Amino acid sequence: MGQVIRWLILFLGGLLMVAPIAYMISTSLKWPHEVYNVKLIPDEPHLENYTYVLEDGRFYLWFLNSIIIALITTVCNLFFDSLVGYTLCKFRFPGRYIVFIAILSTLMIPTEMLVIPWYMMSQAFGWLDSYWGIMFPGLMTAFGTFLMKQFFESVPDDFLEAARIDGLNEFQIWWKVAMPLVKPALAALAIFVFLGNWTAFLWPLIVTNSVEMYTVPVGLSSFGDEVDVAWELIATGAAISTLPTLIVFLIFQRFIIRGVVMAGLKG
Amino acid sequence: MPGYKNLSIRQKQIVWAWAFLAVPVVFYVVIRFYPTGSAFVTSFQEWNLLGTRAWTGLENYEKLWNDPVFWKVFRNTFAYLIIGTPISLVISFVIAYHLDKTRFMHGFLRMLYFLPFMTSAVAMAWIWRWFYQPVPVGLFNNFLASMGIPQIEFLNSTTNALPSILAPAVWAGLGFQVIIFMAGLRAIPVTYYEAAKIDGVGWWTVLTRITLPLLKPTIVFIVVFSSIGFLRIFDHVFNMTTNNPGGPLNSTKPLVLMIYETAFRDFDMGYAAAQTVVLFTILLVVSLLQLWLLRGDATK
Repeated sequence: MGQVIRWLILFLGGLLMVAPIAYMISTSLKWPHEVYNVKLIPDEPHLENYTYVLEDGRFYLWFLNSIIIALITTVCNLFFDSLVGYTLCKFRFPGRYIVFIAILSTLMIPTEMLVIPWYMMSQAFGWLDSYWGIMFPGLMTAFGTFLMKQFFESVPDDFLEAARIDGLNEFQIWWKVAMPLVKPALAALAIFVFLGNWTAFLWPLIVTNSVEMYTVPVGLSSFGDEVDVAWELIATGAAISTLPTLIVFLIFQRFIIRGVVMAGLKG
Repeated sequence: MPGYKNLSIRQKQIVWAWAFLAVPVVFYVVIRFYPTGSAFVTSFQEWNLLGTRAWTGLENYEKLWNDPVFWKVFRNTFAYLIIGTPISLVISFVIAYHLDKTRFMHGFLRMLYFLPFMTSAVAMAWIWRWFYQPVPVGLFNNFLASMGIPQIEFLNSTTNALPSILAPAVWAGLGFQVIIFMAGLRAIPVTYYEAAKIDGVGWWTVLTRITLPLLKPTIVFIVVFSSIGFLRIFDHVFNMTTNNPGGPLNSTKPLVLMIYETAFRDFDMGYAAAQTVVLFTILLVVSLLQLWLLRGDATK
């Protein structure tokens, strides 16, 4: 009996958690006159809001910008974070400890403190309002490096030694032997970096100034301000910016949750 | 100079290590360390991005100390932390504790709680902003009206606006904390619980004597992680109050929003840099304090 009540309460709580997302999707399917109706299921659901918002063209651009930026930063982070993590874990060389502590110490520095110097740099080098300008601060992260270092600890040195005897060079050993062994960690890191860049707001807001260079969150923020009263269009924009990550989550659910746990416990 | 072939294995390792680290070291120096120093330096200068930089010593910090808006912002920033962290900690623990004991459709329930974590803060800030609108627009007030309850000023009230903005921030982070708590709960050896069962100990004693003490590392992680998040709140506030950022009457303005406005609306770079140094100090002190308080306790 207690079990049933516990389940029901957890289920209702879960519905409450999902309700804002459900309302977002429901409103994006409503006609303007229905928006103020509390009903979750629209009387006549339609996709007109999506066509309207997408035909405007800006969301396409923002979407494209966000995808390109999130993909490139993810690939860069996977490459460099694991390369550095591996080096710090598996090589013995003078300066190793200093490099490790130095990288780790950057975790203490909040991004907000760096945005002003980054802005000055971007201005001096002409990086404002460009992909490179949006991406450069996030190409490597101390969090990712630390995470990968922890995972490379579990790769036995004997494997690497065997590869060395087989005549592989150090780069090949890392790429062909060590990397395949830490695939789950790479997947977890990929999810974190992608999600982080997909939803990033402060720095893209600062570094972009033309509408064509906005990322989805920056675009949505300006779009909301502009149509303020058309809540069904705002909900549509919000849905467009959230649905991709939700769909990816629903497909790779188990994987992503395991990744969160791994990153949470190791990081 | 000896060729690579003549080096010993150890020396070869050193060459490879530094070859691998070359690009990252340049990155960390140029994109992390130099800007950190630059932020400190700028905080002692006066600069509007166009003219020349002038040294002003501690003037920016004095200005900050005497700025009533800063103290308001300071209080708000800590209000987000002091309300947000305990609430999200308790709720996520209660959910994780019960979810851990539920087998039936466990994965489905877990998914419901985790989904909000996958949303973007900007998108959901706008959705919640819509919920909070007055009648006839907003969902909450419409709901209250249908029950015959007078409507509530959510975002337009100096007292309600801050908690109203905090709610979606707490909501979005819960799923992450629940998952971390559940992993922590799983890590507690079953034998402790079995021993308690044999001794006939009640659930409250089990919770306070076994579960919570053994969960301490997880609690430390979540407390530090979530307080840093609340101290850095920006996306939610900015997007729920775009017509009057941080309003009404600065009642919701956090430090990061003040930094953003000082730097990129007023172009007072030195003053903004001083504010970032203050933010950095707050984050450092708060997380060290929490680590010290919670760790020290765990070793007893």
